[in-house]
Order: sequence, then C-alpha cells, then structure tokens
Amino acid sequence: MKTRSIRLRSLSAEAAAVLLALLFLVPFYFLLANSFKPYADILLDASSLPKALRWHNYTKAFDVMNFLHAFRNSLLITVTSIAGLTLFGSMAAYRMVRKPSMYNNLLFTLFVAAMVIPFQSIMIPLMKVGSWFHLVNNMPGLWLCYIGFGSSLTIFLYHGFVKSIPAEVEEAAVVDGCSPYGVFWRIVFPLLKPMTMTIVILNSLWIWNDFLLPQLMLGRPGLRTIPLSTFSFFGQYTKQWDLALAALVMGVLPIVVFFLFLQKHIIEGITAGSVKG
Amino acid sequence: MTRKWINAGWMQQIIFTGPATVAFAIIVLLPFVMGMYYSFTDWNGVADTVSFVGFDNFKSAAQDEGFRQSFLFTAKLTAVAVVLTNVLAFLLALLLTQPIRMRGALRTIFFLPNVIGGLLLGFIWQFIFVKGFAAIGKATDWHLFKLPWLGDEQTSFWAIVIVTMWSGAGYLMVIYIAALINVPKELNEAAAIDGATAVQRLRHIIFPLIMPAVTICLFLALSWSFKAFDVILSLTKGGPFNSTQSVALNIYAEAFQNNRYGLGTAKAFIFFLIVAAITTIQVRLTKKREVEA
Repeated sequence: MKTRSIRLRSLSAEAAAVLLALLFLVPFYFLLANSFKPYADILLDASSLPKALRWHNYTKAFDVMNFLHAFRNSLLITVTSIAGLTLFGSMAAYRMVRKPSMYNNLLFTLFVAAMVIPFQSIMIPLMKVGSWFHLVNNMPGLWLCYIGFGSSLTIFLYHGFVKSIPAEVEEAAVVDGCSPYGVFWRIVFPLLKPMTMTIVILNSLWIWNDFLLPQLMLGRPGLRTIPLSTFSFFGQYTKQWDLALAALVMGVLPIVVFFLFLQKHIIEGITAGSVKG
Repeated sequence: MTRKWINAGWMQQIIFTGPATVAFAIIVLLPFVMGMYYSFTDWNGVADTVSFVGFDNFKSAAQDEGFRQSFLFTAKLTAVAVVLTNVLAFLLALLLTQPIRMRGALRTIFFLPNVIGGLLLGFIWQFIFVKGFAAIGKATDWHLFKLPWLGDEQTSFWAIVIVTMWSGAGYLMVIYIAALINVPKELNEAAAIDGATAVQRLRHIIFPLIMPAVTICLFLALSWSFKAFDVILSLTKGGPFNSTQSVALNIYAEAFQNNRYGLGTAKAFIFFLIVAAITTIQVRLTKKREVEA
C-alpha cells in the first residue's frame, strides 16, 4: 500500500513537472517555428509549424545585423573583461586576506559596500568620467568599465575563498626562494580554480547579455555587440517579424549553446556564487 | 639584488591591489561622488558652467508626476514579481527534488530562459504577446489570449510579470534545490512518523532550514525587479502612456532624452538610497530567522 501511494505521488509530481516544462518551452516554439516562415505565413497563423525549412530570413538578417561582426565584438568584450576581472580581482583579494592592514580592510569594505549601488544610479556621471579618460567609443574603455563594475562581487567571492586556503604552502615556497608574485601565480591562483570557474560563469552571463553600458559607451556601429545590433535592428525593421525572429534566434543561440555545454558548471557556479553572495 | 625593490611590501601592495582599485575608483567611486555633487546643480551635460541650485532638483523630482508614477509602478512590479517568481521557483524545486525521471532535462529546461539577456528576452516576448497569443486565442477561443496584451495598462503590467517569472524562476530554483537537498532526511521522516502532514513539515521543518536560501532568493528577485530596465525597454518601451515606465527607465529618459542631467542625477541618487535601504533591511530581517541545521 505504502509503496504504491509513494509511486503515485512521484508520478503526479512527474506529470506536473513535465507539464510546466512544456509551458516553459512554448515561447521557444513560437520563436523557432516562425523564424522559418515568410511574413505572410506568420500573419496567417503564428502557431502552425513552418511549411519548409527556409533559410532566407536567416541569411538576410545575418547580413543586415552584421552578425559575425557583432558576435566577434561580444566575444572580445566578454573574454577580455573577464580575463582582467579574474586576474586583478584574485590578486587584490589575495593581498587583502593575507595582509589585513587597516587600509586593506577599509578597501575591502568599500568594494563590498559598492555592491548595493545600482548601475543606473551612477551611469550619468559615468558618461562624463568616460569622456575625461577617453573610455567612450573604444573597446579598452569598456573593458575598464567591466573590470570596475565587476570587481566588487569578484573580490568578495575570492576573498571568502582565499581565507579557506592554508598559508603554510605559500610559506614553504617562500623559504624555497619563490618571489611573492611567483607564489601567487604558481601556487595560489591554481588553487583558486573552483572559485575562478564560478566567477567566470557569473560574469560571462552578465557581460555577454549587458545592454545599457555598451549602449551608452559605444556609439560607433562597428563596435556593436549582439544586444546592441539587435536593438538597432528592431529600430529599423519595426514589426518585420520574419527577419526579426531569425535575428533573435541567432542572437540567443551562442549563449544557449554555451549554457548547454557548460550547464553542470554553470548551475554549480550559480549555487556557489549565490550561497556565498 | 637590483630587483629587490620589486618585492618590497609597498610594491606588492601596489601590484596586487592597484589595478582593481584604480578601475573601481574611476568607474564606480568617482561617478558616485560626482553624482552626489551634480544632483545639487543645474548641469545639462553640455554647458561648461554649472551652477549650484541647492535642493531644487530633489524638490522637482518629488513633484515630478512621471517619476512618482514610475516609482509606484516599480514598487508594484517588485512586490508582485518577487512573490510570484519565488513561489514558482520553490514549487519547481520541490518537484525536482522528488524521485522523478528526467530530472536533469527538466532542470535544464526551467533554467534555460535565464541565460537569455533582458533585451532579447523582451523582444521575443513582444512577439509572443502580439502574434503568439493572438494565434492561440484564435485556435482555442479563450478570451484571455484575445486581450491586447501590450496595448492596455493592466495587461502590460502582467505581461512584464510573466516575462520576469519565466526568466527568473529557473535561477532561483537552482538555489532552492541546493537548499532542499541539504535538509536532513531523518528530520523529515521522523516528523512524518509522528504524524505531521506535508504542509506542517513544510512550514515547521523545511522552511526554517532553508531560510538562508530564501534570504538569497528574495534579495536577488528584489534587486532584479527594482532595477528592471532592459526587458521593459524592449517589451513595452515603458508604454502604453508611460504606465510601465520603471524608475531606471525614467532616470534614463530624464538624462539622455530630456538632457536634464542635474535632475537625472538627483533622481538617480534617490533611486540609490531606496535600493540600498531595501536590500539592507531585507537581508537583516531574513537573516534573523535563519536556523542552523
């Protein structure tokens, strides 16, 4: 009796979960199915399957939004910013943990406190700062922005992790004649790997998808990222859903593929990052 | 030994903490301090002369009907979206911690919407609400799907809530799953043997034990909704009639469309104070209720 009621319960849980999953997938169906249809077919019936796999919308949208270029820009911005963030963030956090001077403690408090500042509350003066330091309309400027904005969370997460690493190994390496930088790079940084993974994932989802900061900092069309070129595409082709949907599918595809390949790490990273954050 | 200076304590301090500190100072601290200053001026973003106007900007911000409206909207959206997204996420987590098949695939599906950025998300749902819902309405004849979802103030609000839930629930679900797995099985079983119902066990055993996760999830959902910008920009552009304009959108429009930078920074400062206060209070409150497992 008991086992049967348990099996019944898990069966109904399964049915509920599958039903919800199908509901979650509906938007993807609409997006994909209609991206292959000619405009007239979308108007006629948006819920039907496409009659044929027409790639016309895709080839056209690919050219119009200069997809390859946008993809390259997004990739370059995300990868470089994250390389800077992990390197500089881990270095700073390491120093703050190992040398907890009054100055370093104050600095750490500042980094952590700044996590409550929403981007929109400082974006206006940031534009002024951007023009003083020549950060507008060039990629290095945007890299610096992401390193500045991302350093709070990155340092906070690394700080907690470095604390859990015993200092004895480092002391032994110093006795063997290793320089302080060598100790960090050859011994400490590799030990930080699990946290580095978390930080890379959290920051790549953020930077890859970010819209407002690049929208403000990059005016030149040649520097457009995927969100920016999608936005300007929608400005030009309002309501031309056949092309727009193909553009959206291409825009979403890279990050979805990234997620599907790394999903185990991503889900672990999010759990680790939020439990400590 | 000529390179000895490079290993000196002060040099290490500069090399290790310098780059992050400089970037942080230029990108976060400096604009933050400048924002406080500009909020007391009539800066328009272009003119060289900036004059001090005292609290005028804060007064005009408080009297600005559009700004008040955007606050009201944001508060309402936050209240509704935080609760509903968390309920859905918790429900999904409960289902996925039962002994069911395809758990991995289901988890992937529920999480998937979250990796899509806010801007593209809004555009995708714009299509669903305008064309997709109309097609479903035609096929099923359900009134719900025949409404002008993005053309009406009431339904536009719910449209944004739906999109927020669709994209946020998977993320919070992952956190709830991690917490639920850590609830000791013996506690739950012992209570069940003692005759506690499923609801009682949920309330008196599971909830107190996963309180840290609840704190985190409320905190996350709260800050997502309060800072909502991208999704609303691409889904409704703040319309119809500015009824779905969030505070972040209002600040953006004030500065970059009306060119009233002084007023914009004053609004931004008020926005900062409220976001900082809410998040601090909320974390404190829920921290109190945490129970050690």
